[in-house]
Amino acid sequence: MDVSFHDVLLVGGGGAGLRAAIAVAEVNPKLNVAVVSKVYPMRSHTVSAEGGAAAVIKPGDSLDEHAYDTISGGDWLSDQDAVEAFVQEAPEELLRLEHWGCPWSREPDGHIAVRAFGGMKKMRTWFAADKTGFHMLHTLFQTMLKYTAIARYDEWFVTKLLVDEGRVKGVVAVEIMSGRVQAITANAVILCTGGCGRVYPFTTNANIKTGDGMALAYRAGAPLKDMEFIQYHPTGLPFTGILITEAARAEGGWMLNKDGYRYLQDYNLGKPEPKPVLRSMELGPRDRLSQAFVKEMEKGRTIDGPYGPVVHLDLRHLGEKLINTKLPFVRELCLKYENIDPVKEMIPVRPVVHYMMGGVHTDINGATPLAGLYAAGEVACVSINGANRLGSNSLPELLVFGARAGRAAAEYASGRKPPDGAILAQALEEERSIEEQFLRRGQGGERIAAIREDMQKAMENSVGIYRTGSALQEAGKHLRELQERFPNVGLDDRSRTFNTEFIARCELSFMLDVAESMVESALRRQESRGAHQRIDFPAREDQNYLAHSLVYRSQEGTPRVEYLPVKITRWPPGQRVYGASAEASQAKAG
Amino acid sequence: MGETIELEVTRYTPERDREPSRQTYAVPLRKDWTVLDGLNHIKDREDGSLTFRWSCRMGICGSCGMMVNGEPKLTCATFLFRYAPGPVRVEPLRYFPIIRDLVVAINDFMAKLQAVKPWIIREEEKALAEGEYLQTPQQLEVYKQYSMCINCMICYAACPVYGLDPLFAGPAAIALAQRYNMDSRDQGAAERLSILSQHEGIWGCTFVGECTKVCPKQVDPAGAIQQYKLTAAKKWIQGLLMPWGAK
Repeated sequence: MDVSFHDVLLVGGGGAGLRAAIAVAEVNPKLNVAVVSKVYPMRSHTVSAEGGAAAVIKPGDSLDEHAYDTISGGDWLSDQDAVEAFVQEAPEELLRLEHWGCPWSREPDGHIAVRAFGGMKKMRTWFAADKTGFHMLHTLFQTMLKYTAIARYDEWFVTKLLVDEGRVKGVVAVEIMSGRVQAITANAVILCTGGCGRVYPFTTNANIKTGDGMALAYRAGAPLKDMEFIQYHPTGLPFTGILITEAARAEGGWMLNKDGYRYLQDYNLGKPEPKPVLRSMELGPRDRLSQAFVKEMEKGRTIDGPYGPVVHLDLRHLGEKLINTKLPFVRELCLKYENIDPVKEMIPVRPVVHYMMGGVHTDINGATPLAGLYAAGEVACVSINGANRLGSNSLPELLVFGARAGRAAAEYASGRKPPDGAILAQALEEERSIEEQFLRRGQGGERIAAIREDMQKAMENSVGIYRTGSALQEAGKHLRELQERFPNVGLDDRSRTFNTEFIARCELSFMLDVAESMVESALRRQESRGAHQRIDFPAREDQNYLAHSLVYRSQEGTPRVEYLPVKITRWPPGQRVYGASAEASQAKAG
Repeated sequence: MGETIELEVTRYTPERDREPSRQTYAVPLRKDWTVLDGLNHIKDREDGSLTFRWSCRMGICGSCGMMVNGEPKLTCATFLFRYAPGPVRVEPLRYFPIIRDLVVAINDFMAKLQAVKPWIIREEEKALAEGEYLQTPQQLEVYKQYSMCINCMICYAACPVYGLDPLFAGPAAIALAQRYNMDSRDQGAAERLSILSQHEGIWGCTFVGECTKVCPKQVDPAGAIQQYKLTAAKKWIQGLLMPWGAK
C-alpha cells in the first residue's frame, strides 16, 4: 500500500478548504500542505452560492449590529464569542479576497457595493452580481495555484480518518481514476467537505453534498453539534430545487400567495411597503419565511403546481435593467429551467433544504475535541449560526474560520514528526474493506438509489419544517432498518477505473449515519427554536435547551445526545422580533 | 411509463475494451428532464456502471460537459425534448483522452490554466489596512465577461486548433489570462504574454470563433485570442524596431 505524508491535510477543496490551505502556506511556508478533494476544487459547491457575503464596511454600520442580527437570527443558539470574532474578521477576509482579484460589484466611485439581505438591519452584504460564491471560489482556486507548496489530490475520495491514541494522523483515500487505495498520513487534518443536503429529496445542494466530513468525524469519535437545525430556503424552483437567491427579495421582490397577496404580513414580519424594508417582510429570516409557507399551504392559499404547492416570487416591478445588472443568474436560471422570464412573469417557488447549521463540533479555532482534527465551513459547527443562519453569513464564515483552522492546524503540526508505523495496520484494514466493497457484485439485490430515496423520504417526513416526536421516532426506526439493509447493496460496476457507483455507495453509507444523528438530535430537543419547530413543543425553552446538542456515535453505531451550554457574552436571550416592533425591542436588548 | 427517448451512450472500460462502443438505453421523455436526468435515470434504475461526472445540475460547476449529437454541451442545461423523437447520441468531450465511458482526462487543461498565472500580479501589494483597490463599474465591465468562465472545457471540444495541436493553450486559458490582464488591479500582462507567445499555437487560431459560439456562459474566448495576437504582434514589431527598449 502506498503511503504519503503531509504536515497538514485538507479534506475538501471548496471555499473553506482553499482558504485554509493558503493560510497554512502563509503561516509557515516550510510546511507541506495538501488538499484532497473528490472533485476538482473549482467544481466544489461554494460555486453555487449566489447572493453575497456579509461584512461591516460602510459608515453607519457597526460590528455590534452585525453580531446582534446574527445572534437574534440564530434564536440565541449561537456562541457569542464566536460571533464576535466572526463579525470582526469578516471585513478583512472579504477585503483580502478583493486584493486577490475577486470581482466584487462596485459603487460608481469604485468602492465596494453592498446590498440588503434577510434578517440584516443594515446593508452590509458584499456581492459579485448574483454569482458571489462562483467568483469567490474561482478567485481562491486561481490564487491557490500561485502557491506551488500546496499539493493536490484531485478526484480522490476519503473513506476513513486514521486515529491512533486519540490523535488523528491522516486518512485512507481512493484515487477515483484508478481505484488505487492510499494512506495519506498527516499531523493535522482539516475537514472542509461542506454540508449534507442530499439526505433530503428536495435540496438546493449539489450531488456531492453527502455529509462525508460529518460522517468521517462522527465515526472517528468526534461529536456532531446541533444536527437538528437544517435550513429550508424559502425560494427554490419546483422539481429541480435550484436556488433563487434571497438577493431577489433584497432587491425588492415580493412573495405572493394565490390571491396575489403579500402573505408575510400575516406572520408577524411587519407591514408591506412598496420598497424593501430591512429586517421586515420579504427581508425576514429564512426559517420564519419557510414556516409561513407551510401555514399558507394549510390555509389553502398556495398555488397548485405540477410538483406540489408553490407561491410566487414577483420581480416584475423591478424592471429589466435592475434584473440584468443585479440578478442576471436568476433570470438565466428561470429561463433555462422554468421557461419563465422574471421580467414579465412571476416565479413559482417553494421552500427547499439549503443549509446545515449543525456540523462537526469545533471551538473558535476550528479544533474538534479529537487532537489533530479540525473543521471549517458548512461541515463544522462553531457555532455562529445557531438555530438559523442568516443569508450571506456562510460565505464570510468559510473565510474567517477556514483561515482560523488553517492557522491553528499549522501551529499544531509545526515541528511534529511524521506519524509512525502504528497507524499503517489500520490503513491496511481499511484497504481490505475497500477491496471487499469493490468486489460486491449485485449481492443481496439492494440498489443504492432505492435505499437513498427511502432515506430521503423519511427525512422529509420527519425532520422537515415542522416536526413531531412520533414522526421522528418512526424515522429513527426506519433509518435503523435502512442501516441493516445497507450491507446488501451491491455494485453493477466491476471496474476499478472511475467507479462512481463505489463512491455513491460510500456516500450513501455516510448519509445514513448523518441522517440518524439528525433525527436523534431533533427527537431529543423538546422545544421550538429557529429552524427546529416541534408541533408537540411549540415554545422556546431556555431553561433546558439554551444548549447545543452534541451527538456521539455509540459502539453499536447508534446516536447518543448530550448538551453543552451556549456561550453568552453581551446579548442575553431575548425575544426574536421582525418588522415594526423590532426597533423598540432591539433598543431594549441594548 | 409513457413516451420514451433513446440515448446512445459511449461505453468504455479500459481494463476490458480495446476501443469505445455504443450502448442504447430508453429513458422517459419528460418536459423538464435534461440529458443529465436521463443519464441519472439509467444509473439509478438500470445500469449502475454507467460513468459520468456531474454535481451542481444548475450550469455553474462545469462538471458535466459532453458531446450531445455531436455538439459540446453542458448536459444539465440541455433538455431531452429538444432532441425528440431521438435518438440522442451522448459521447465524451471531443479532443480529450477518455478515462471511462463519458469521463475524460482533464489534467492537461488544469496545467494550462495554471500556466497562464491566473492570479493578481503586482509589483507592490497594497496593505489590507489601506482598504480596497478602487475599481469603477466601467473598469469591472472591461474584464467581467472573461471572469464568467466555469472551466467546463466545452470550448476546447469545439476548437479545431486544439484538436490538431494539443500544445495550444486553448480558448479558456487564454480568456482567463485576459481576465487578469484587463483587470485594473493587475500588472502581470507582460509576464503572461511571454508565456503565451512561447508556443505558436495562438497563431494557428484563424478566428473561426467556434469557442465563443458554444460557450454556455457567453464568454468570448475568440475575442481574447484576437486581442492577444494583436498585442503579441505589436510587441514583436517593437522588439524588431527597438531592441533596446521593447520592455
